Amino acid sequence: MDISLKNVEYRYQVDTPFERLAIKDVSIEIPEGTFLAIIGHTGSGKSTVLQHLNALLKPTGGEVVIGDRVITADKKQKNLKEVRQKVGIVFQFPEHQLFEETVEKDICFGPMNFGVSEQVAKKRAREAISLVGLGEEILSKSPFDLSGGQMRRVAIAGVLAMNPDVIVLDEPTAGLDPRGRKEIMDMFYSLHKHKNLSTILVTHSMEDASRYADKIVIMQKGQVYKTGTPIEIFSNPEELIEMGLDVPEVVKFQQRLEKAFQRKFSKTCLTIEEMTEEVSSFLKRGDSR
Amino acid sequence: MMEKMIFGRYVPADSVIHRMDPRSKLIIIFLFVCIVFIANNAWTYGALVIYTFLMLGLSKVPMRFVFGGLKLVFILILFTFFLHVFLTKEGPVIFELGWFKVYEEGLRQGIFISLRFFLLILMTSILTLTTTPIAITDGLESLLGPLKKVKFPVHELALMMSIALRFIPTLMEETDKIMKAQSARGVDFSSGPVKDRVKAVIPLLIPLFVSSFKRAEELATAMEARGYRGGEGRTRYRQLSWGAADTFMILLLAALTVLLIVLRT
Ligand SMILES: Nc1ncnc2c1ncn2[C@@H]1O[C@H](COP(=O)(O)OP(=O)(O)OP(=O)(O)O)[C@@H](O)[C@H]1O
Ligand SMILES: [Mg+2]
Repeated sequence: MDISLKNVEYRYQVDTPFERLAIKDVSIEIPEGTFLAIIGHTGSGKSTVLQHLNALLKPTGGEVVIGDRVITADKKQKNLKEVRQKVGIVFQFPEHQLFEETVEKDICFGPMNFGVSEQVAKKRAREAISLVGLGEEILSKSPFDLSGGQMRRVAIAGVLAMNPDVIVLDEPTAGLDPRGRKEIMDMFYSLHKHKNLSTILVTHSMEDASRYADKIVIMQKGQVYKTGTPIEIFSNPEELIEMGLDVPEVVKFQQRLEKAFQRKFSKTCLTIEEMTEEVSSFLKRGDSR
Repeated sequence: MMEKMIFGRYVPADSVIHRMDPRSKLIIIFLFVCIVFIANNAWTYGALVIYTFLMLGLSKVPMRFVFGGLKLVFILILFTFFLHVFLTKEGPVIFELGWFKVYEEGLRQGIFISLRFFLLILMTSILTLTTTPIAITDGLESLLGPLKKVKFPVHELALMMSIALRFIPTLMEETDKIMKAQSARGVDFSSGPVKDRVKAVIPLLIPLFVSSFKRAEELATAMEARGYRGGEGRTRYRQLSWGAADTFMILLLAALTVLLIVLRT
C-alpha cells in the first residue's frame, strides 16, 4: 500500500490560547515496500507526522493519501477501521497500552477488534510472541507482572498480530538494552523483507537509520529539511553535525581518517564491512607507493 | 478532543486578575458563592451577570476558549433547566401541549437556577484560568492558617490539592495518548452502538489507573528523596503580597453585595 503526504500541516489545540503549529508543508512519498527512517531533534514533529499515517490525526491543511483513501482537513472520515488494520503503529512507550488480564488476551485484542476469530487470533498471538523473542509460557501471565523490556515486546507483538501491511515505529527500542535493541530491529527488518511490508521508523539512532533504511527524511522545526538515501544523507556529515544531529560511528571514523591522511576515500562507507574493504585497499596502495 | 477541556488549566497572560493576590481571589470566590443566593429577581441576576462578565473581560482570557471548554457543563445546565421546567407545578400555566404543561414558576426557577449554576461555574473557572495551581494552594494555606492552632492539617490539605490540580492536565494528556494507542488497535471511541462504546472504556481506564498509581508512587519517592518532611518549619520561596487592586476588588464585591440586598424583592 502506498502512502503519501502532500503539504501536510497540523496544528494542535486549534482555537485555544495553546494553539501550536507542529508541522507544516510536509511532503513525503512512501511507496509500498519502502523502509523509511525519520530523524530529527526532539520536538521536530516526527511523532506528529506518524499519527497522520493511519488517520489518528487529521491534517489541518494539505492531504494524506493512504492506499486509495484521501484524508483532508474538511472531509468527514467514516469507517477508519480498515486503515487502522492495514497500518499498525507501535507508539513511543507502547507498554502503556497493555490492559488485559493475560498477555495472550492483550495480543488478541487488536486482531479481534478487526473481526478476526478468537482461534485465529490465538494462533497469531503465538506466532507474534515468538517473533518478538519471548517464550510461549509468557502468554498466560499478566502483562503487569513483566519487566519493562518484556512489556515492550508484548506491546509490539500486539501490533504485529494485526497483520498490518505497513508498520509504523516510533522509537520502538528506546530504553531497551543494546542486545534487545538489535534483536528487535533485526526482527522488524526481516519482517519487512519477507512480507514486503512498508516500514516507517522514527529513531534517534543514526546507526539504525543508515543500516536499515532505503530512504531517510530529516525533520527540523516541523518541516522536512532533507530527503535522500542513507548515502546521500551521510555523505555530508558536517551538515548534520552542524544541525546538532549525530552521524553513524563508521562515518565519523572515515571523517577522522580522511583528515589524518589528508586524502579522500572513493565513497562514503555506511557499514563496517564497506569500511574494512576501503581501508584495506587504501593500505595496500600505501604499501606499493 | 481532550484538548479543549479547561478544568484546572492555567492560561498565562498579563491582566489585573492574573496579578491579584490568590488570597483576595479566593475570598472573592467564597463570598460570591454566598451572595449568589441573595439574588431573586431579574435585576439582581442582571447585576450578577454584569459583574461576572466584567471579571471575565478583565481576565483577558479569550471568551471563545472559555465557552468552548465549558460545553459539557452547558449540557448539564440545560438538563437542570428542563428538569425545573418540567417538574415544577406552581403559578399560572403559560404553555400547554396536550397533557404537557409548563408553569410560570417552573420557567422562572429553571432560568434562575441554571443562571446561578452558570455564574458559579464561570467565576470558579476564572479563578483557575488566571491563577496557577501553586498560587491557589499557597493562598488557601495562608487563609486557613489559623486552623493550624486546632490541629487541622492545613498544609497536608493544601499539598493534596495542589498535586491534584497539577496532575489534571497530565492525566488529560495521558488519556489522549492511550486513546490513540487503542484506536490504532481498532477500538472505536466515537461511533458505534452504545454497548460497544461503554466496552471501549475498559482498555482506556485500566492503563490510566495503572500509570496513575505508578506516578503517585514515583512522586512520593521523589519528594522523600528531596527531603520533604511535611509542613513543619517549611519556608516559602514565593511570598504572597496584597496590593491596592486586591483591596479595590474586595470593595467592589462589597458594593455588589449592598446592591443585591437593595434590589432583591
Ligand atoms: N498534544 C499536544 N498539544 C500541543 N502541542 C503538542 C502536542 N503534541 C506535540 N505537540 C508539539 O508539537 C511539536 C512536535 O511534537 P512531536 O511529538 O511530533 O515531536 P517529536 O519529533 O516526536 O519529538 P520526540 O523526538 O521528543 O518524540 C512539539 O513542539 C510539541 O510541543
Ligand atoms: Mg516523538
